[in-house]
Amino acid sequence: MSNEIELIKDPGLPAHVHRRADDDEKYAKRAETQVSILFLLSAFGTVLTIVSYVFIPTDKFIFIPVMGETNAEQLLLGLGMAIALFCIGAGAIHWAKTLMPDNEVIAERHEFRSEDEDRAEFVKTVKAGASAAGLGRRPLIKRSLGLALGLSGLTPLLLLRDLGPLPKENLQKTSWKAGTRLVTDPGDRPIKPADLEVGAVAQTLPELAPGEERTLNNIGKDAVLLIRLRPEDFNLDAERLSWTHEGIIAFSKICSHMGCAVALYEQQTKHLLCPCHQSTFDVTRAAKVIFGPAARPLPQLAITVDADGYLVAKQPFTEPVGPSFWERSS
Amino acid sequence: MKRLSRLRRHRAAGPILLVFALFTIGTTFQVASAVSNTTTTAADRSATIEEGKQLFLKGCSSCHGLNAEGGGIAPSLIGVGAASVDFQVGTGRMPMADMSTQAVRKKVVYTPEEINALATYVASLADGPAVPTDAVLNYERDGSVAQGGELFRTNCAMCHNFAAQGGALTQGKYAPTLMGVEPKQIYEAMITGPQSMPVFSDKTITPAEKLSIIKWIKAAEKEPQLGGTALGRVGPVTEGLLVWTLGIGLLIGVAVWLAMKAR
Repeated sequence: MSNEIELIKDPGLPAHVHRRADDDEKYAKRAETQVSILFLLSAFGTVLTIVSYVFIPTDKFIFIPVMGETNAEQLLLGLGMAIALFCIGAGAIHWAKTLMPDNEVIAERHEFRSEDEDRAEFVKTVKAGASAAGLGRRPLIKRSLGLALGLSGLTPLLLLRDLGPLPKENLQKTSWKAGTRLVTDPGDRPIKPADLEVGAVAQTLPELAPGEERTLNNIGKDAVLLIRLRPEDFNLDAERLSWTHEGIIAFSKICSHMGCAVALYEQQTKHLLCPCHQSTFDVTRAAKVIFGPAARPLPQLAITVDADGYLVAKQPFTEPVGPSFWERSS
Repeated sequence: MKRLSRLRRHRAAGPILLVFALFTIGTTFQVASAVSNTTTTAADRSATIEEGKQLFLKGCSSCHGLNAEGGGIAPSLIGVGAASVDFQVGTGRMPMADMSTQAVRKKVVYTPEEINALATYVASLADGPAVPTDAVLNYERDGSVAQGGELFRTNCAMCHNFAAQGGALTQGKYAPTLMGVEPKQIYEAMITGPQSMPVFSDKTITPAEKLSIIKWIKAAEKEPQLGGTALGRVGPVTEGLLVWTLGIGLLIGVAVWLAMKAR
């Protein structure tokens, strides 16, 4: 056996294979017709788009099998544009593939470095320009220009301020205070324990003080879900049990994972499901996470009844509601 | 005595007994369903209750117990009310064909008269939500689409989808689509909370608000498909599926065509 490594020879370019249209005028003619048909189809698509935009009333509906009752104008606008754009592209590709020259061409690589003379000439030009501008002789211009350029860089930094202001306590606190009534959302009616049957739920918000407005920011953190179970179904410690009232338990609806509204309550399993990432909370065990990416149970709102018998918050939430954030203590 | 014992062991004894039993069940059923069902007088009502009880014993008691007290596989029906029976049987969910995940809407087994009898019987066991009358269900007159939409988005959309097309719950359970569901059945579902669905009490969502929700659902049914096909109105899932299969499939096809050696 020989120890010499046999070098693989440069195979060179594959032989140029002629296309049918290269040799036979019949095929070339056919390709020409095909390309023209594609371009004409494209033109038809554009005309279809314009005609359907101008002449079809916007409230005209037609029945299309599989799709059902469909808006005629929208359908034809879309079809027309799709045909117009697709056929231009398809025609161009077919043209290039069948009729344009397909001979392989070799472009040799060149060195990137410029000739020494050219480089010397460039340096000379720059130096001459600099001395003509007189930057060396006029330091005032040089310094003031430096200042102007430097300061202009501050503007983008200034715009970073728009990332603020800092949330301060807004993430830590909700509108719930001791004695705040729970009212229906929507409807703003206070709720009595007897209004809820076992197995019932109610979407609630804190009652507004006179003159107060509900903002989306507030709804986004104040939303609370009331659920009524049989008291014997609870599996809570003494403190959490004292936060419930006659089998009614209240949780923040804002998911502790990403802040979606958790309100898919399954009455039979007594599980609360978040629709966004399928975090599942067990209502009987103070919304303990039993599945999914949530890290913490949903905060429970302590509830009781006021002198008029309406459900009220016993105290504010004891922890921030919603997802984690930097300043959150736990 | 000896003769009877010999007869009992006769080859034909089993089949004869079976035929006899089937005959008895069949005739009892005939007698039971022959009973009139209009509930105008107390006597009629008790006759309906009796008929419902017979139907219950035949069709429901094997799971729900002889006195509707429930068992290991089925809940007690005492206090669920007529509305619950009317919903579950009237949508074909009961009798249940498959116990695995949840009862599904299917062909209704009982006639309206039989459903009424069953509902009257179950309602006679203990008080519960009654079947809403047509006078109550005048949603066209008493409902408001705008209010219904607001209520639907807060209370229903998380399970039944923003366009009432239904959605997934945990472990194979799902909230069914509300398209094509009778107004009465939507109303009954809200007041009884069938299966996974919670109850929506009349105090937290008033009867008028419930009618608004129904009116909104009926309006959503007629919502035209403005953007071509609605793709089931379930949001990004079907849209994404279409783009990733048809759209990207088309792009791959064109890319392959582009790179193919021309002939």
